[in-house]
Amino acid sequence: MDGGHAAILKLQGITKKFGTFTALSNVNLAISDGEFFTLVGPSGSGKTTLIRILVGMDHPTSGEIRLKGEVINDMPANKRPTCMVFQNLALFPHKSVGENVEFAMKIARVNPQTRRTRALELLELLRLPSDFYGKNINQCSGGERQRIALARALAFDPEILFFDEPLSALDYRLRKTLEKELKDIHRETGKTFVYITHSLEEAMVMSDRIGILNEGELIQIGSPDDIYNRPKNKFVAQFMGEVNTFEVERIDSRKARDIETGLEIEINSVLDENFKSGYLIIRPEVMKIGPAAENLPNQLQGVLFNDYALGSRIQYQVRNEDSSHQWLVERLQDDPYSGNAGEVVTIGWRAQDSMMVDH
Amino acid sequence: MKSIFSWLRQPGFLTALPTGIFLLVGFAGPLVLVVLYSFMPAKTFTLNQLPTFENYISVVTQSYYISFGWSITLALVTVALLLVITYPIAYGMAKLFGKWATLVTIMVALPLLISENIRLFGWVLLLLKNGIIDGSLNYLFGVSLSGMLYTVPAIVLGLVYVYLPFMLFPLVIGLSMVPESLKEAASDLGASRIQIFREVELPLSMPGILIGSLLVFILTLGSLAESKILGGQAVIMIADDIESAFTFAQNWPKGSVLSVLLIIISMLIIFFLFRKIDLDRLMGRH
Repeated sequence: MDGGHAAILKLQGITKKFGTFTALSNVNLAISDGEFFTLVGPSGSGKTTLIRILVGMDHPTSGEIRLKGEVINDMPANKRPTCMVFQNLALFPHKSVGENVEFAMKIARVNPQTRRTRALELLELLRLPSDFYGKNINQCSGGERQRIALARALAFDPEILFFDEPLSALDYRLRKTLEKELKDIHRETGKTFVYITHSLEEAMVMSDRIGILNEGELIQIGSPDDIYNRPKNKFVAQFMGEVNTFEVERIDSRKARDIETGLEIEINSVLDENFKSGYLIIRPEVMKIGPAAENLPNQLQGVLFNDYALGSRIQYQVRNEDSSHQWLVERLQDDPYSGNAGEVVTIGWRAQDSMMVDH
Repeated sequence: MKSIFSWLRQPGFLTALPTGIFLLVGFAGPLVLVVLYSFMPAKTFTLNQLPTFENYISVVTQSYYISFGWSITLALVTVALLLVITYPIAYGMAKLFGKWATLVTIMVALPLLISENIRLFGWVLLLLKNGIIDGSLNYLFGVSLSGMLYTVPAIVLGLVYVYLPFMLFPLVIGLSMVPESLKEAASDLGASRIQIFREVELPLSMPGILIGSLLVFILTLGSLAESKILGGQAVIMIADDIESAFTFAQNWPKGSVLSVLLIIISMLIIFFLFRKIDLDRLMGRH
C-alpha cells in the first residue's frame, strides 16, 4: 500500500508527555496520499492525543509532523489544510444545516452564491435531500447529523480528513450502514481519511491500512488482512476478537509445550525456527468440537459449559475440570453436532490453524 | 360544562393555583390599581371618581421628559459599560479561573449582603470633598479632586457598582453554555480568534447577554438611590419623580401616570430588543 503513493503525512518520533505520564512514545508513521488509514486502540491508548496533535489542537513534546514534506509542528489548527469530524460532531446549534456546511467557506470569504451551490452539492453527495439546507440542526437525527458534520468538513476541502470516533454513539445497525457509506465517500472523493476508533471490527470494514496503538506505542501497522492473519503479539490477537491462547515454549520445529499444563502441542511447521517462546493463538472458528475433533493432532478434553447463537455460527464455551481454563469453539449452523451442557467433550485443532505470537 | 370541571381537577391546574393566586394578588392587583389611579382627578385618594385624562395631559405638557430621558440614558450607559466590564471577568470565571472562580463569585456576591444605601454612603465617604480620596491626595501630593461627588459620572459609577452582579452572573452562565469543542471545530475549519468570537462564542452566549442586559436595564430604570445619594441634585431620575409625587406632593394619580408611562416605555424597549433575536433558536430549541 505504501509503495505506489507518496506519503502525504509523516510522523517521526512523536512523543507526548503530560507531566510524568507518557501519552505517546516515539510514534513513527507514514500515511499515503488518498488512503483510508485507521488508528485503533483501547481507551487510554493515546489515540485521541495523537489525533489532536495531528489536527493542531495539541503539540507534541518531541518529534516531527510533516505534511507534504513541510514540518507543521507549530502551525495552529486554523492554518492547517486539514479538518476533523469530532466525536460529538460539534455542529453549531445556532446555525442551520446550510450555514453549518458553509461555515468554512464563509470564513474563507467565498461568495454566498458559490457557497450555496457547493453546500447543496455536498448534501447530495451525503444522500441528504436539499430541503435539509434550511433545517435546524436540532431537527436532525443522529445519522443525519453525522452526514452534516462530514459535509461541513468536506466543504473545507481538506488535504486530510480526520475522524475522531464519530460513529461511536450510534446504534449498531446505523453504524454498520454509515461505515460502508463512509468508505464509499472515501472512494468518491479520493481524499486521505485518517480515522480513529476503539473498534477493530469497524477499522476492518473501512480501512486500507490499520495502525494498532496501545499504551502510547504503535504496535503494528498493516492491512486488515495482515492484522487478522499475522497479529504481531497477544495484545493485537486478542484485540481482534475472542481467541484461545496458550503460553508455550518451543520443543522443536514441530512441537511446543504449554508452560502451565505441560501439554505437548503440534505447531505450524512454517513458523520461524528462532521463535522460542510466546503465545499460541487459535481462533474459535477453526477449533473443532465433538466427532470433528477426533482425528486432529491437538486435542483437549473439557466440560461443555454453555452455548451461544452468533447468527451464522454457534459458539461453545468449554471448561477444564476445575474451571481454571476455558476455551471457545465455534461451528457453523449446518454442522449437525449438538452438545448439551455438562457433557464431557473433545475439542481439537489442526496445527496449521494455530499461530504463534510475541508476548 | 363537564369538560371545564374535569379540567379544573387536573393536577397541573391545581398545583399552579397557589402561584396563580399569589401573582394575581401581589403583582397584577397593584398594577391594575396604579392604572386605575392614573385616570382619577389630581390629588384624589379614592377610585370612585369619573375617569379623566387630565393627569396624562399635565404630565406630557410638563418637563418630565427630562427625567425620563436621564433614566433611559443612564440605564443604557450602565448596560453598555457593564457589558464591556463584565464580559472578560465572566469569560475568566466560566473558562479560565478553575477553582478560583468560586472565590471570585463569593467576592462579587458578598457586598449584596449589605444594604445598598450603606454601600453607596461608603462611596460618598470616598468621593466627598476632603473625603478619603480627595483628602489623601490633598495631604500627600497637594492635588485636589474635590468635584467628584454629586456629578453624573458619580451616579454612573454607583449604578455600575451596584448592578455589576446582575450582569456578571447571567454572562457567566451564558458563556459556560458554549462548548469548547464548538470553538475547536470553528478553529479547525479555519476561523481566527475574532471569527470564533463573532460566529460562535457571541451568538451562543447571547441568552446570558440578553438576560443580564435586561435585568440591569430594568433595575437601573427604576433606581433612585444612586442618583439621590451620589448625584445630589445633579440629575433627577424618573423614579425620583414618582417617589416625590406619591410622598411630598401627595398626588397619587400623577405618580400613577408616571409609573404607567415608565412601564410602557420599558415594555416597548424590551419588545424591540427581543423581537430582533430569536431566543428559542439561541437556546438551541426550535
